Amino acid sequence: MITKRIIPCLDVKDGRVVKGTNFQELADVSSPVELARYYSGCGADELVFYDITASAEGRALFTDILRETASSVFIPLTVGGGVRTLDDFDRVLKCGADKVSVNSGAIRDPSLIPQAAQRYGDQCVVLSVDAKRVDGQFRVFAKGGREDTGMDAIEWIKSGVKNGAGEIVLNSIDTDGVKGGFDLEMLQAVCDVVDVPVIASGGAGGIRDFVTLFRTLPKVDAGLAASIFHFGQVKIPDLKRALAAEGIPTRL
Amino acid sequence: MLAIVDYGVGNLFSLGCSLKAIGEEVAVTGDEAVLAAADRIILPGVGAFGDAANALRASGLDRAVLRQAEAGKPLLGICLGMQLLFDYSTEYGHHHGLGLIPGSVQPIRPVVPEGYKVPHIGWNALHFPARRPVSPLFRYLHEGDCVYFVHSYAGTDCGKSTIATAEYGPELTAAVAKDNVYGAQFHPEKSGQVGLNILKAFCEL
Repeated sequence: MITKRIIPCLDVKDGRVVKGTNFQELADVSSPVELARYYSGCGADELVFYDITASAEGRALFTDILRETASSVFIPLTVGGGVRTLDDFDRVLKCGADKVSVNSGAIRDPSLIPQAAQRYGDQCVVLSVDAKRVDGQFRVFAKGGREDTGMDAIEWIKSGVKNGAGEIVLNSIDTDGVKGGFDLEMLQAVCDVVDVPVIASGGAGGIRDFVTLFRTLPKVDAGLAASIFHFGQVKIPDLKRALAAEGIPTRL
Repeated sequence: MLAIVDYGVGNLFSLGCSLKAIGEEVAVTGDEAVLAAADRIILPGVGAFGDAANALRASGLDRAVLRQAEAGKPLLGICLGMQLLFDYSTEYGHHHGLGLIPGSVQPIRPVVPEGYKVPHIGWNALHFPARRPVSPLFRYLHEGDCVYFVHSYAGTDCGKSTIATAEYGPELTAAVAKDNVYGAQFHPEKSGQVGLNILKAFCEL
């Protein structure tokens, strides 16, 4: 039986892991390579590396870190952040990434998704969406959640999947950093319209939130979180044992 | 020395790293002389069957791999590399494989239940066929250990060549073996310690 995936997300800036609450106030946590090894050893099913560097030097450093991580961590790695062109796909895939997540880059140029899917396969293209409630609608936000694009998130996700996105990461800005649980309503709306894996992001505050997520929405494939893992509030082995005890398929 | 067949298809970075991590000397090569000098060979692959089969044939490496396999050298196909071991595939047409493992490669969509997503992506548990000894490839594993899958097609009608399955509605072919030829539908290089243990066992064959 296929298992539900637990995915720690590492936001990397200038070679260090950071995590902001509601995308503000970044705080240094640890070395990306060390943290990745630690999570892999703890039973993380996959890792997301998110490059939030702006400078060219920072980008080169990120690629070095990715290569070093992929040389010693043997679980799937997804890379996102600043992916705008096929060359960006190429750059990170050559350094050991298995999947590439696109967000603002696909909003700017929607043809990036079909082009990448054709070259690397649907399974390689992850559409990451930051969404927030505006005027009774789930609205797509760009630039790390700072800019309202005016686009309807459900329509955007549907067209992304139609164009070749093989997986969706749905990050609810409304619940992100609040630690009151995942955004079940928004996730349900997405699960209703797509048949590719959906990864829930934003809002996990404790083990119970993951249990509720997979219990309430069996179509959700994975739960992603950052700070609760980085600061040790949730230990992955404890989380997985709790899921297994609830009868949720888990890789122990 | 272990040779990874390089025929221009797929990303060999992680595979090479995982083998180095278990202390194996690795050559990524498209040269038959290196394949001949190797102790064992891995045939990787991603993408569509037809493109990969054509690339393998265009480079002449199909015959080189066949010669090594027929000489008894341990060969492991991974993911699409495993599918290439079969007689043929029906992915976008009808394409011949290497014919080292009996059976064909068929889409899983018609056999998995409604509501199961395709591609089959994620960690799934390996089951070993009952009443048969466990393959030496899995000597360090336990029944139910999870490995990482990403595929939309799978080997079918493999008969006794099936050495592991994974439940996704029906039991899908997860690994096959015939004499010195092995195939894994999943990615051992992305399957954590379990995957490294499979590669270690292959390197001890």
